[in-house]
Amino acid sequence: MDDLDSRAAQSLAEIDKVDTLEALDALRVSLLGKSGIVTAALKALGALAADERKVRGAEVNRVKDRLADALAARKQVLEQAELDRRLASEKLDISLPGRDGERGGIHPITRALERISAIFARLGYQRADGPEIEDDWHNFEALNFPPHHPARAMHDTFYFGDGRLLRTHTSPVQIRSMKGRQPPIRIIAPGKVYRSDSDQTHSPMFHQIEGLLVDETSSFADLKGTLAEFIRAFFERDFEMRFRPSYFPFTEPSAEVDIRWDAEDGSTRWLEVLGCGMVHPAVLANCGIDPERYTGFAFGLGVERFAMLRYGVSDLRAFFENDLRFLKQFA
Amino acid sequence: MKFSENWLRELVEIKADRAALAHALTMAGLEVEELTVLGEGLAGVVVAEIVGTEKHPEADRLQVCKVDAGQGELLQIVCGAPNARIGIKVPLATVGANLPGGIAIKAARLRGAESFGMLCSAKELGIDADASGLLELPLDAPVGQSLADYLGLPDASIELKLTPNRPDCLGLVGLAHDVAALFGSAVKVPEQAAAAVTSAARRGIRLEAGKDAPRYLGRIVEGIDPAARTPLWLAERLRRSGLRPIGAVVDITNYVMLELGQPLHAFDNDTLQGDIVVRHAHAGETLKLLDGSEAKPGEDFVLIADEHKALAVAGVMGGFDSRVTEATRNIFLESAHFAPAAIMGRARKLGLHTDASHRFERGVDPELPRRALERATELLLSIAGGNAGPVLVAENLVDLPKPATVTLRRARLKRVLGVDVADAEVARIFTALGMRVDIDAEGWQITAPSSRFDVEREEDLIEEVARISGYDNIPTHSPAGALALAIEPEARINELALREQLAARGYYEAVNLSFVAAELLVRWGFTEQLVPLANPLSADLAIMRPSLLPGLIEALRHNRARQQERVRLFEVARVFAAGDPPVETPSLAIVACGNARGEQWGEPSRQLDFHDLKGDLDALIAWGGEPQRWSVHADGLPGWLHPGRGARVARDGETVGYLGALHPQLAKALDLGADVHVLELALEPLLARRLPLARPVPRFPAVRRDIAMDLPEEISWSQIEQAVRGSLGARLQELRLFDRYSGKGVEAGRKSLAMGLILQDASRTLTDDDADCCVREAIAALEQTCKAKLRG
Repeated sequence: MDDLDSRAAQSLAEIDKVDTLEALDALRVSLLGKSGIVTAALKALGALAADERKVRGAEVNRVKDRLADALAARKQVLEQAELDRRLASEKLDISLPGRDGERGGIHPITRALERISAIFARLGYQRADGPEIEDDWHNFEALNFPPHHPARAMHDTFYFGDGRLLRTHTSPVQIRSMKGRQPPIRIIAPGKVYRSDSDQTHSPMFHQIEGLLVDETSSFADLKGTLAEFIRAFFERDFEMRFRPSYFPFTEPSAEVDIRWDAEDGSTRWLEVLGCGMVHPAVLANCGIDPERYTGFAFGLGVERFAMLRYGVSDLRAFFENDLRFLKQFA
Repeated sequence: MKFSENWLRELVEIKADRAALAHALTMAGLEVEELTVLGEGLAGVVVAEIVGTEKHPEADRLQVCKVDAGQGELLQIVCGAPNARIGIKVPLATVGANLPGGIAIKAARLRGAESFGMLCSAKELGIDADASGLLELPLDAPVGQSLADYLGLPDASIELKLTPNRPDCLGLVGLAHDVAALFGSAVKVPEQAAAAVTSAARRGIRLEAGKDAPRYLGRIVEGIDPAARTPLWLAERLRRSGLRPIGAVVDITNYVMLELGQPLHAFDNDTLQGDIVVRHAHAGETLKLLDGSEAKPGEDFVLIADEHKALAVAGVMGGFDSRVTEATRNIFLESAHFAPAAIMGRARKLGLHTDASHRFERGVDPELPRRALERATELLLSIAGGNAGPVLVAENLVDLPKPATVTLRRARLKRVLGVDVADAEVARIFTALGMRVDIDAEGWQITAPSSRFDVEREEDLIEEVARISGYDNIPTHSPAGALALAIEPEARINELALREQLAARGYYEAVNLSFVAAELLVRWGFTEQLVPLANPLSADLAIMRPSLLPGLIEALRHNRARQQERVRLFEVARVFAAGDPPVETPSLAIVACGNARGEQWGEPSRQLDFHDLKGDLDALIAWGGEPQRWSVHADGLPGWLHPGRGARVARDGETVGYLGALHPQLAKALDLGADVHVLELALEPLLARRLPLARPVPRFPAVRRDIAMDLPEEISWSQIEQAVRGSLGARLQELRLFDRYSGKGVEAGRKSLAMGLILQDASRTLTDDDADCCVREAIAALEQTCKAKLRG
């Protein structure tokens, strides 16, 4: 017994000195393993008388538990030390760039166009579309432009040999959306339009968004309210706005909308951003809608203009050059 | 329409300063496009006469002038202007004057000669752009008078951007009426008196153009002074209205046009033979116009002719041979009404746009011709003398437009504007606009003056109420009408989401013009079903693009030329093909070049290849949820693709697009390398998406077995897939290719493929024996159909 106790005390001191997990395991085997001293002591119990065996057995088990606890504690210390060593050796330069983190981006015109469309979608306007190669009826006649009317001269038109043309505005979508349908109608029609004009401030292809609302109650006051809300929603700020009388053959009364724009140099000026008006009764009638029962309003805007204002683009041509150094600014 | 502010103020009382006037015009729909202030800061500038000149002793280009400025004694002024000479009257900026350009006039010594002021050009005074020499004033200009007083300065040149529905404002008197309504004031235009007829000279007029030319007035004025000069006040008004003074007679007709809006024309009466005939042009008839061009008017043109020849294109431009020259003594004045439909588009057909055609095609008041003719006669007699003959009139009254009476209902006015306008205000507005107002139970009966034939229906009247009372006075309100909820189909991928997806995969969206050069298309081999424009801006922009790729590759080249080695672009737009109507197909195109990944520190770089782009396609297809409906084919490729590195893409067996490397010849022609890969697909099939229908997840685990096979190079992966699938059926859940090798250890012409078979049964867990059996079947199938050998 004394022998076991002294061996145990000696072993406990040894355990505290062991500094590798391998050595610790070897020690564990020599103490608690099949041929270890504790096992030997347990085996020796069989030779003892029953009452003595009980007392002695409890003592041996106590020693066994003390040794096991000490081994476990030492193992935890050694494992922690090893983990610390490993972690210290596994330090990365976390400032190096990540893999495959690149992304592209959508075009600023798409970005503005979708933002505008989404605002109107929230107001219940449904997206509509029409062909870019139009006929004269949809692009002009149905919209109340008689042949050779001077108002047509404001639309420098691209023609095809067969009398068809490239739509000069998104307004023909109004006609296509109203035909064969009855109010209430709320549509928003974004798309490419074409005018045969090209200089610093005109591109022969550009993007417009047409809006149309027809129902039994709408008035010019509703048009003003709708566009004021839209401008505020798009720019996320309030603007001084004005509606100016203007002329479009397919609306009456017609208006152009200006906003008070703060230029970078601190000056302010009125900037035309939209054309709009009450849908002309003749246009409603052309589409089979009773102009006595229904009224409506329409508006059209140039997407490039909104994108330029929103994102600070000063040169229209940059939109169509597809220079990555430009496009990357909109990722 | 450009005009002088002072002139307008003479015709109507305007209780507002210049800025308020401009604002009021703009807000009444008569948008002020440009406003140029003229002749401000002319205090101290007077009319002076040069009475003596001497060469400057020290400078060749300078003269020392003696100038009479009405101050009693003569002033010595040094002057470098080439036209400085004795006897002319010129503006003198006296000592103390501060000119608009910032020049302060002081007594000075110029190369030793004393100078007490400065003789000025028009530019130095801010009146005109002319800086070629001193502004020469008429010889009767009073010496010593303030120049501003003498020239009626300061003034402003105001340019209106008039909409086509307001031709009544293309004359100052019409504009004055609108301004009067805006400011609640009165116009100050005197009644036009008839000129005294002192000659019997006359000429017959025959109207032979029906309703195209229903009224034609003329008058002969004999014996004018051909040397008569346009008076300064008239020339100044023309100049400030954007017209260059030319000669007395033409200046007078232009002046009356600006004042009243009625275009006039003056012929040299001695060139006319017999009656004036107003008729349509004959087939093939030609006419030399005032500008020297040879016009070939069609039969839909109205001409002014005499009994032998065409004289002028009605409402557009006069003829060269009958024009007024410096020798003309006898004038035939024309003042006519032409129907807008008879003039619309005609000038454009001749490549012209004139002040006359601009007005006639928009419409001129049919009641103006007599008044304009009398006004022109009055001016002509006072400026150039002569004897006026009687007014010669030819007219078809039935063909003249009649002022319509239009009903305006009170309820409709409120419905359209969304605001109540007081009855008294409505009546005030129409009265102020010169319209007759009759009140009835429902609203008003309005009769517009002959100048306002844009007023045809109720909406025209509603617009006038809104315009004159001010759009600002209409409240803002949100629509409260019924709303039909739009249904968004879930089985369709949103186009924006698709674009965002491509952006997330590293592509930038491009936007190209829809038209391309024919030459570029030929290079690509697009030569059929093209849709060319009839009037392209240039040869580079002549054909509606049949594919997005040529333009997108040009954008890629643009970036390559700007140190961008790795370019990844996409575009979503329509492509066009001939048809009736032409076919417009929304499409998606991708172009990519350079390294497969951005330059990186951690991985070896590798050039982009076919399968990189195919991976993008696979990802898009996977999104739709039905990859089994898609297939790629090595046959049927367009000429612009590399025949061995291109694929035709089909959905449900129908070709929807292509992808692959550019054909090396095309790439070389475009100065591009083998790394350039492209994809173009019709958009709609890509956007189609399966609405998910859930199945229970498998209850039994899957087993994986890997095999490596040695196969001939020409056996395609899809053949292998087909063979394995055919042999294992539903138990093969997935076949994954995880290695592909050829080279050392593999026979030439063969390749080694390592694949994983993921096996699963819906009803039980597969045993090892089951799995081994599957592998044996798969190998047998590959050996049989694909000349495969199992690698040891």
